[in-house]
Amino acid sequence: MCEVCGCGDPHRVHIDVGASLLAANDDAAHHLREHFEAAAITVVNLMGSPGAGKTALLEATARHVARRGLRLAALSGDLATSLDAERLARAGIPSRAITTGSACHLDAAMVHDVLHHAPFASALSSGDVLFIENVGNLVCPAIYDLGQRANVVVLSVTEGVDKPLKYPVMFRKADLVVLSKIDLLPYLPDVSTETIRSNLARVMPSAQMIEVSAPTGAGIGEFLAWLSRIGPPRLRRSASEGDVVPT
Amino acid sequence: MHEASLVQALFDRVDTAICPHPPAAVRSLTVRIGELAGVDADLFRTAFEVCRDARGYAAAKLQVTVESACWACRDCRVALGRGEPLQCPACGGPVTLSSGGGLFVDRVEMEVIDV
Repeated sequence: MCEVCGCGDPHRVHIDVGASLLAANDDAAHHLREHFEAAAITVVNLMGSPGAGKTALLEATARHVARRGLRLAALSGDLATSLDAERLARAGIPSRAITTGSACHLDAAMVHDVLHHAPFASALSSGDVLFIENVGNLVCPAIYDLGQRANVVVLSVTEGVDKPLKYPVMFRKADLVVLSKIDLLPYLPDVSTETIRSNLARVMPSAQMIEVSAPTGAGIGEFLAWLSRIGPPRLRRSASEGDVVPT
Repeated sequence: MHEASLVQALFDRVDTAICPHPPAAVRSLTVRIGELAGVDADLFRTAFEVCRDARGYAAAKLQVTVESACWACRDCRVALGRGEPLQCPACGGPVTLSSGGGLFVDRVEMEVIDV
């Protein structure tokens, strides 16, 4: 018995919790996903190292679809500046920057908040594609669900062939790897796309890779065809034509 | 360093878990970090040390268990060896990560006082 207040002596007990520490983010992502799916918007979480070519991929995609009716939009995450969002806007993609300050990734709450303030968000409709260009980082963004339909990782040939093995957390979450800057391959004799594919097969379930060059447009049509395959039914119907055209 | 925000999520979750039984002191928190969770155990420990006083867990020790990644066939459940291509060696089908991809708080130990 405690001699101060008369309470009982403390004793140890335990609680088995068994809860994910990402549950709060997962709940917020689930909320986003319900909205995206109900509106039949294809949402892609675009990840990769700083300088891998994420913004350039979107610029090239915008050029490819400019006369075909597909509507793109983007959120662009960076620690500082809205430079990428400005680039995308100049390319014809309505965009909004998410400036994270010191955070190395986007989370579902950040995406939710900015979508409530982005003027283009309310105009998104069936068949549109919303890219969430994540903070350039091959580690942290992988663990946060943003309500996306698919994760795309941009890997540039100048990063070397071993990045998939060095960063398995990122590549195991990828639904597609876009191998960028392939126009530089003639200057990189040690970089083999087959070795990259082989390494991906060790860390990425159902590995898929598309080789692209933003300046030449090579592979962008294949990227669009892939987007059409993962898109909602109304978008998929146009896949046989080889272009992504919302109906 | 997302470990700092994950440590805050840990305290938030434990706050909820212990709410029905306000303790005299929380003595131990056991966290399970998957090999492919994208969380560094040492950084997580450091963030825990930095944040625990302000969150009211000054007496708590952090126990970390690291869970190895294990891939298995989605259909026939055959497990893959480490470093093997991610394809079922038996049926050629797709594989899935059966453990080692998550981050969990498993157990809270605390002192309570009988009144």
